[in-house]
Amino acid sequence: MKTNSSHWVKTVQNGLIGGAIALLLGLIGMILAFGKSYIISGVFTMAQVFLLFPFMFEGYTSARQASSKNALTLLLTGGLAGLLGGVVLAAVTAIAQVVNLRAVLINASPDLFALMTFHMALVPGLLVLLLAALVAGILGAAVLLVSERIRGALTQAILYVVLIGLFRDLIVTVITHWGFVKYIFMWMFAQNGLSIPGAIFLFIAVGGLLYWRMGRQKKAAAPKRTTRQQRIFRWGTWAFIALFALLLPQILGSYFSEILDNVGIYILMGLGLNIVVGFAGLLDLGYVAFYAIGAYTLAILTTSESVGILHLSFWVAAPIALVVAVFAGVVLGLPILRLRGDYLAIVTLGFGEIIRIVVLSDWLKPLLGGSEGVQRIVQPAIGSFILDNQQKLYYLILAGILLAGFVATRLKDSHLGRSWMALREDEDVAEAMGINKVATKLLAFGMGALFSGLGGALFATKIGSVYPQSFSFIVSINILSLIIIGGLGSIPGVFVGGLALVGLPLLLSQFADFRYLIYGAVLVIMMLQRPEGLAPEARRRLELHEDEAGPAVEEKPQPAATDSGH
Amino acid sequence: MLRTWRQRFTLTDVFIWLIGLAIAALVIIGTISTLRQGQYAANIWLDLTIKGLALGGVYALIAMGYTMVYGILKMINFAHSEIFMSGPFTAVFVAIGLSKSGFLDKQPIIGLALILLVSASVATLLAILLERICYRPLRNAPRLVPLITAIGASFFLQYVFRGLYGSGTYGYPAIKILTQSWKLGGINIYANQVVVFAGAVLMMVILYGIIQWTKIGKAMRAVSEDKEAAELMGINVDRIIVFTFGLGGASAGVGGILYTLLYPVVTFYMGFFPGIKAFTAAVLGGIGNVPGAFLGSFILGLLESVGPNLFLTGLGIPSPSQLKDAIAFIVLVLILIFRPTGILGERISKDKA
Repeated sequence: MKTNSSHWVKTVQNGLIGGAIALLLGLIGMILAFGKSYIISGVFTMAQVFLLFPFMFEGYTSARQASSKNALTLLLTGGLAGLLGGVVLAAVTAIAQVVNLRAVLINASPDLFALMTFHMALVPGLLVLLLAALVAGILGAAVLLVSERIRGALTQAILYVVLIGLFRDLIVTVITHWGFVKYIFMWMFAQNGLSIPGAIFLFIAVGGLLYWRMGRQKKAAAPKRTTRQQRIFRWGTWAFIALFALLLPQILGSYFSEILDNVGIYILMGLGLNIVVGFAGLLDLGYVAFYAIGAYTLAILTTSESVGILHLSFWVAAPIALVVAVFAGVVLGLPILRLRGDYLAIVTLGFGEIIRIVVLSDWLKPLLGGSEGVQRIVQPAIGSFILDNQQKLYYLILAGILLAGFVATRLKDSHLGRSWMALREDEDVAEAMGINKVATKLLAFGMGALFSGLGGALFATKIGSVYPQSFSFIVSINILSLIIIGGLGSIPGVFVGGLALVGLPLLLSQFADFRYLIYGAVLVIMMLQRPEGLAPEARRRLELHEDEAGPAVEEKPQPAATDSGH
Repeated sequence: MLRTWRQRFTLTDVFIWLIGLAIAALVIIGTISTLRQGQYAANIWLDLTIKGLALGGVYALIAMGYTMVYGILKMINFAHSEIFMSGPFTAVFVAIGLSKSGFLDKQPIIGLALILLVSASVATLLAILLERICYRPLRNAPRLVPLITAIGASFFLQYVFRGLYGSGTYGYPAIKILTQSWKLGGINIYANQVVVFAGAVLMMVILYGIIQWTKIGKAMRAVSEDKEAAELMGINVDRIIVFTFGLGGASAGVGGILYTLLYPVVTFYMGFFPGIKAFTAAVLGGIGNVPGAFLGSFILGLLESVGPNLFLTGLGIPSPSQLKDAIAFIVLVLILIFRPTGILGERISKDKA
């Protein structure tokens, strides 16, 4: 992007933006929340990553925008951007010593400013902050000076170190189950974060490996395999994935299985919503309604409480719940599916809220339990084998995901799938080609409702009770975010999105507070930068980057892929 | 004759009309039986009406933001509810400060003006930032892209404010002169409701004046009519869009303070329901149409305040006011199904998705 303003003006702007971002991260409490999360024990915390990354990023951006490719100019540009960001932070820190910002901004605490000044006295602390910002900016610019091969290896190595350090507790918990194998890894970890030798080893190992691999890729394209070999390879991969999926709860233990179950339910619903939004292009913001309907139907049919009717078993009640959810989907879908895209979104949102409000009201309390919800939902049993814990329920959810995944994959390239995509791209043309608009859309909507209902039924079984509060608008947004981060219309994308957006906050309690903030930011950033998602569908990627020249498409994934960890 | 009629009416239409008729029948039966029961005296209905008008005024100020942005960019600025929240949620600190120093009771008008100014400036600034960062790069993107961005921005802003000011609630201090009420022929008229209604109407007149009689308002109307032609006539479209967002933000900021005069508690998620209702009001009046937004807002305010008691009591539904939010949503769904153009709107439903 070329503008008339000189690049120094741009640099100043970038620097101030970097400062503002770092300041915002501080004031919303994100930096403080990670103040004790050591990446490298005793040396570097996640808070410092959040504090300095904006400067580094702005240094990088400014240097990239510079017209001159002179190394010194680039470094100077990066340094200036970083330093200016540091000045913003330092100024606010200094002001906070005089004015009590905390009366309004609850996170502007002494702890935060201590963190920003690296736990030193004010003046030396501010100087160190400025220096750190300067260095971060220069480092950001320096990334541009090295060859692409080194850059790729370096950024990914850093990313791995940060992630493994951040997830130290989880990794350690898992590997302590592994018997003697754990001694191979344990030395890399300290009490908190990575140990210094561990971090160095990891950095060199990952960086070296990637550097070597990228070199090899360049020299010789992948050796051609025969069709037979390809087939064996593919089946081998699938067999490995299947085995891994079956053993996963045993590898992870019961605590992680619960998280896994949650992620699984979201992935299941994501697969369904992906049909509605990704394939058919109908933005459904009331997806939670069918989730609630599925959950409540199952609850009412199976519970032993007074609101329960029939007292069926899970296996009888679940299909009924699905039928009810699909019926609701069709009944809602019929009138609204001729609405234009954005109106459809708002109407479905309204419908989701109506369901929640009505369930919560005193009016239907005798039927649905009101705000107290429905408890004591029976657990599914196969003969005398009761699926009574998270590890066993995992298999039920896995079966649901397999079903949804199978249906979605098969439908995608079917006649119906193509009709959906045609409608998504241009309704009028699609209709002129003989596609029955209402019926086709209704099928997508019903299919979505089916998997949402299934998700709800499984959710109710898993928790053992349902409450109206579990079915708020935020659930719809959650699922929407996860299919968007993975890439609309992309089936592997749903898994990527589910793990990243549902798994991450559950695994890392520090993230939990910022979960919805991150969802919001993810939606905005993805729409602005990578509308095709992290694991995009090939066709979609080509469509959305039509206007860019060939090499631009090749180049693009690299920086964004490394950004995705944040 | 019969054949063309049959071709035009599909099964879907029959289905839709059945639903519509059923709801209409429920409303009529509910109303008649409520009135026959005579559970509420006439003055209660009048109380509710006044409250509904005040509420409608607040919705009108928020709805302005939706309808003006829609008129120009043809997009639903979903994050507008957070712009509405940002104003009063920030100004509450000013209000608490002023109240503690005793200034608010001594000089209520200046104090209130100060609070309004803070609220309106914060909301304006945020609206402009939002346009600059989130919407401008997407001006030519497919329709759903800006909508998803707006939803994302909405959540992002909500939780940014939660991070900044905390997840608790803050109460606006009561202003002494606004707590009084007058008795007029058996009806209680509360000062705050009068002030809210009057303030909202005044603000509406100002906004309408800006749009109708100033040069920049004329430019706004031109841009909403035809962006390319307006640009060719020498109108700086970017500036007009920024101005529109700013004006919508200011209006929401003022509306936010008026809202706190009715419901004095602020928190980070306070924007969602008023926002969605104001949007409903904008759609009800015909989105993109400024007088329509005013009309729709008052109708919705009345429906929400009088509706639950009037329609639902007669049907034997306990504590009907719990369902007042559902009424707003049902109105939204019905209006979009039966008359997506709203009461005063032009035919836009044919626009391509």
